[in-house]
Amino acid sequence: MSQFSDYAWMILDGTWVTVKITVVASVVAVIVALLTGVARTSKFFWIRLGPTLFVELFRGTSCYVQLFWAFFALPFIGISLTPFVASVLVLGANVGSYGSEVVRGAIAGVPRGQTEASVALNFTKLQRFRHVVFPQALVAMLPPAGNLFIDLLKLTPLTSLITMSDLTYNAMAVRQQTGSTFIALATILVGYFLMSSAIAWAIGRIERRASRGLETGPRAA
Amino acid sequence: MIWDWDFALRIIPDILRGLGTTVIATFFGSLLALAVGLVIALANRSDVTAVRRSSRGFAEFIRRTPLLVQLYFIYFVLPQAGIVLPPLLCGVIALGLHTGAYLSEVYRAGIDGVPRGQWEAARALNYQQGQTWLKIILPQAIPPMIPAIGNYIILMFKDSALLSIIAVPELMSMSRNIGNDSYRYLEPLTIAAILYLLLSGIAVLLLRIIESRSGMARLTG
Repeated sequence: MSQFSDYAWMILDGTWVTVKITVVASVVAVIVALLTGVARTSKFFWIRLGPTLFVELFRGTSCYVQLFWAFFALPFIGISLTPFVASVLVLGANVGSYGSEVVRGAIAGVPRGQTEASVALNFTKLQRFRHVVFPQALVAMLPPAGNLFIDLLKLTPLTSLITMSDLTYNAMAVRQQTGSTFIALATILVGYFLMSSAIAWAIGRIERRASRGLETGPRAA
Repeated sequence: MIWDWDFALRIIPDILRGLGTTVIATFFGSLLALAVGLVIALANRSDVTAVRRSSRGFAEFIRRTPLLVQLYFIYFVLPQAGIVLPPLLCGVIALGLHTGAYLSEVYRAGIDGVPRGQWEAARALNYQQGQTWLKIILPQAIPPMIPAIGNYIILMFKDSALLSIIAVPELMSMSRNIGNDSYRYLEPLTIAAILYLLLSGIAVLLLRIIESRSGMARLTG
């Protein structure tokens, strides 16, 4: 019985590591998505160039390849990252690159009239973006962003391959010690499903909240 | 110098052999995904509530759990049930199931996108159900699906790198082995990343061409 509680602790411990990676990498992803997404709506080629290359680089290969590259190849150019730092940077940059497209699309999707109206009202460029364009774009970003956060959670098992003791890593350790492969893997499948569902539920709530103000706006008409 | 050109050129043939396996896995994975997606999409439209619920639940579960854990499950649990499959087949099944769960949504959107009037017109013209699907619904539903299906197949191509974990001798696996043998990871991992980048880039371009063609076929046909 005490052994069972040991294994339960390993699973809980791994869950905590997975949650930590997911949360920190999500913050990185949001920063990457916003910076590159907004930069890519610029009318200046030189501002768009860097972020576009960055995004295409991260979308052109899989997260797994990037993670291995960051962990095993980067040290050859003199940059050694701890597994945790490599994990959150790569996962964040990878998902953020997909998010970049969401941000860019949402900003481009705000009707032109909104920009024109705020020009007519003598808003400065920054005011126009902060008070008119961005709040409306944000509502359009939320549903795809929710899917991306779930995608990010689903990428975290890859970090077990660069020695992070996350949920998957610990479950595989339990599997090796107990030999009960089915129970170990079924447990974490359900665990990941519950965590994904929690993210979906949370984003759904935020979505309803964020669109509240718009119900009386032009969208309701 | 950090980058060793002699070494890089020497390992390219081995890495390219891995690429062949990657392409095979992606090809059969795509075929399976197209079939699985269709079955799920049709089951989701079933008149029997139990069928509808279980197929929706299944697809949701697959979409909300990580591919790596699904791969482990197929690779480690199936043999315990007496089903021993070669690693490549396990990989193809995992890729096909995972992508198929996403494709079912693409099929659904495509079929729902055909206007109601088309179904009604087919009934008014006394078409049988098979004829209605083959001659009226699918020809209109498929062209808009092509970009989305193509994107998922490109994602699968990149995700197939995961198969290296269950010892399928594909692109990533070959590069990792070279790294393990030579203690030089920079060249093999970078070459692998460039190959993924290059091929997915070409695939995206091809997809855009097909997309514009099928769009034209729809307008004139």
